[in-house]
Amino acid sequence: MEWEVVIGIETHTQLKTESKIFSGASTNFGSEPNAHACLVSLAYPGVLPVLNEEAVNCAIRFGLAVDARIAEHSIFARKNYFYPDLPKGYQISQFELPVVGEGSLTISLGDENKTIRILRAHLEEDAGKSVHGIEEGKSGIDLNRAGTPLLEIVTEPDMSSAEEAVAYAKKLHELVQWIGICDGNMQEGNFRCDVNVSVKKKGEKKLGTRREIKNLNSFKFIKQAVDYEVNWQIERLEDGGTIKQSTILFDPDSGETREMRSKEEANDYRYFPDPDLLPLVISQEKINTIKSEMYELPSQMKSKLVKEFGLSNYDADGITSNIDVANFFRELLSFKVSAKLATNWILTNLFSRLNESNIDIKNSPLKANKLAELILRIEDKTISNNAAKKVFDEIWDQDEKVDDVIEKLGLKQISNVNEVEDILNQVLQDNEAMVEEYKSGKDKAFNALIGKVMKASKGKANPGQVSQLLKDKLTD
Amino acid sequence: MINLSLKELSEGLKQKKFSSVELTQFFLNRLDLHNSSINAFITIDKDKSLAMAKHSDEIIKEGNQDYLTGIPIAQKDIFCAEGWKTSCGSKMLDNFIAPYDSTVISKFNAVGAVNLGKTNMDEFAMGSSNETSFYGNVKNPWDIKTVPGGSSGGSAAAVAGRLAPAATATDTGGSIRQPASLCGLTGLKPTYGLVSRYGMIAFASSLDQAGPMCHTAEDCAAMMNVMSGHDPKDSTSIQRAKENYLTGISDPIKGLKIGVPREFFSEGLDPEVEKIIEGGINEYKKLGAEIVEISLPNNHLSIPVYYVIAPAEASSNLSRYDGVRYGYRTKEYDDLMEMYCKTREEGFGEEVKRRIMIGTYVLSAGYYDAYYLKAQKIRRLISEDFKKAFENCDVILGPSAPSVAFPIGEKKEDPLKMYMQDVYTISTNLAGLPGLSMPAGLMNELPVGIQLIGNYFSEAKLLNIANIFQMNTDWHNLSPEEFK
Repeated sequence: MEWEVVIGIETHTQLKTESKIFSGASTNFGSEPNAHACLVSLAYPGVLPVLNEEAVNCAIRFGLAVDARIAEHSIFARKNYFYPDLPKGYQISQFELPVVGEGSLTISLGDENKTIRILRAHLEEDAGKSVHGIEEGKSGIDLNRAGTPLLEIVTEPDMSSAEEAVAYAKKLHELVQWIGICDGNMQEGNFRCDVNVSVKKKGEKKLGTRREIKNLNSFKFIKQAVDYEVNWQIERLEDGGTIKQSTILFDPDSGETREMRSKEEANDYRYFPDPDLLPLVISQEKINTIKSEMYELPSQMKSKLVKEFGLSNYDADGITSNIDVANFFRELLSFKVSAKLATNWILTNLFSRLNESNIDIKNSPLKANKLAELILRIEDKTISNNAAKKVFDEIWDQDEKVDDVIEKLGLKQISNVNEVEDILNQVLQDNEAMVEEYKSGKDKAFNALIGKVMKASKGKANPGQVSQLLKDKLTD
Repeated sequence: MINLSLKELSEGLKQKKFSSVELTQFFLNRLDLHNSSINAFITIDKDKSLAMAKHSDEIIKEGNQDYLTGIPIAQKDIFCAEGWKTSCGSKMLDNFIAPYDSTVISKFNAVGAVNLGKTNMDEFAMGSSNETSFYGNVKNPWDIKTVPGGSSGGSAAAVAGRLAPAATATDTGGSIRQPASLCGLTGLKPTYGLVSRYGMIAFASSLDQAGPMCHTAEDCAAMMNVMSGHDPKDSTSIQRAKENYLTGISDPIKGLKIGVPREFFSEGLDPEVEKIIEGGINEYKKLGAEIVEISLPNNHLSIPVYYVIAPAEASSNLSRYDGVRYGYRTKEYDDLMEMYCKTREEGFGEEVKRRIMIGTYVLSAGYYDAYYLKAQKIRRLISEDFKKAFENCDVILGPSAPSVAFPIGEKKEDPLKMYMQDVYTISTNLAGLPGLSMPAGLMNELPVGIQLIGNYFSEAKLLNIANIFQMNTDWHNLSPEEFK
């Protein structure tokens, strides 16, 4: 039997704000337990939440980036349940009226694009965490993370494979970093996905019962968990079983998923509007201001690169894969380097060198201004592309001037026609057999002759110029 | 010093007739003498109070005296005060020493007022008789066999017994006005959002509002000058220019249009109380006011609506008392769930548990629409009633409570009867309007209060109207015999 897979994703994105969403406590990661547990984080009697405007700005930026409706009026609600890492006994979230409404995000699947609909995105506070094993038989509570702002981004069930799920997660991950609302650090849990998976018979309209895989914090785990879960559900259904709506966990060690709680065991969260917070009202003026301060989005930049600069889809994807690459590219262009050369140098030489040394482009020892100098020397024909690679290796992490290195390595191209002609004539004299071969119709001989000239010039001749001169000579 | 108004105390301090230390010591002596008989205070800390008084004397010496500088004020035990036990009348917080000041407390501290002690109250402000306190019931100084009203019963008894010149209180459904009525005091519940709720332990966040409880409207005005004002720490606090409530307090009220809602004079109101209210109406007529009949057709729904909304919010607000971080924790437990259950079972009293259960029920899946949502809709209708009423009058007048102080124990076992105590006050909280209660007569030697309800932010007007009444009557000057 053929099956269709249906996937929807809820992503908890930790917003990059200095302080927590409802208090002035710091959001720093990695401090001593409870170093950032202020009275509000601790839910002391009498304390009240005050909304951090910066978190709202982040939500607006996201809404604009996915072309969504920003709610003029949204409501904070209390989600009530007891847990030691939830000091108030409720989480402040948004339920009926979220700050960001319907939008969309387009993902690339090879050469094809697919649009994933965003259902909503809402602001909420994170919980603290329980720490086990510090003292035997006792658990500790660390409230540093309690109250950290999150934007929960929910899609429609628009993905139909683990690959699409990963592509969406990656695209979203790039986007939230691009617009500066999340640092994207997945190890620290700052970007984590709950993936809803169901299967249905091919052609069937009605969705199957879904199971929700909680808290996946790497793309690899998303792929593994979804693949495993899809197989599990199909096998179960083919064996005549049924799927129960439930929340499940993925164990990276075994590569399996297991049930955490079924729908019947789910909490009744008793949502109701939080009376401590007024409705969140966002003016069009504020939205416009934020819009005017926003960078070009990856999708906008990509289409500009393809249309105006003639880059391939693939290359444009590479340049817009993340904000730091895009910024490096923008900086190169500010030195009047051609877009194509800039792209080639970033995606090939720079990337391979960065990968080798496992360095982020942000921390590249070779800065954009210096790489631009080098590329400009290719453009003005001072050196050949091959020679430039040698210079690149030399200046990679050395504080040397591009022109000095060219001089030192003697890579400057010979541009004097007479000089090149002298070398060329000598080569033709020494290789009469080859000339005859060419004249009898063997085109290969032409390139071999160019090679000889280049060698004779110790690589300093301009291959284009040599080719032209050679063609002139041989057709004389 | 016992019968002096806040203004007179302020003058006395200024003219060095007495120091703040002397004044504070005087009231601390009164506490020694009388508190055991009425149980108005939960926490008295003489050293702390006297240290504050000493500091206040310094301020006065430096010539920086404010109206309330050096005057001892009793603080309801719902306000967090740094270093003071702040119990909210509950076993749950019996061991809780507040690590910070509520905004109300810091405002009193900022003007150099002295904290005389923390007053008794119904547990988490849930009650109308002060019988739900973990610290025992408060007795009404007018007759110690009767209740002082609630939930601010300790504050009311303290001021009525002249154990404190003035007190702070809070009002969620009548908790300032009903005890003021039962104890012969003037109490003001301001417009929702006028006084910061930061550091005031929450019962029902959308209804809770702090206010003063004093002998006179003028004293209330002086207290309001300190307590009111926008607070960035409370998102529901309202941003508007600060008023001086004393400025127009003696303005003439000729031509004032007083609306009397017929629904406030129906079944359930003690006929003797009704007579006294009529007397008050006649007094205002004499003072040149015009009386018009108005209607608040949905007032009868205010109690059922309140007992959905207030418990709903309370059930969530009180979730934080789980034994994990502060407050009471049960002695023995095997796992987390047992720790939660036993802590809350042992730490909360009956009335609090009743309301948590009602609140949890009305917010549950499947019941939310029928109870919580419906109650919110009716709440809006109740506000609309007031809006219409104020098209025809400047202020609304009626009783504050259906009866005078009743015997301790009389209604304790019958919550519905108890809830009826707030039948005239609750609608004001639901609408967020200001309300004031002031003494207007005695029935069987027990005080009866008149309630004035104003439009939003009309506190200055309410205080003015009450002050004119008090300039022409003497009810506010009466004291219970044994506390003179």
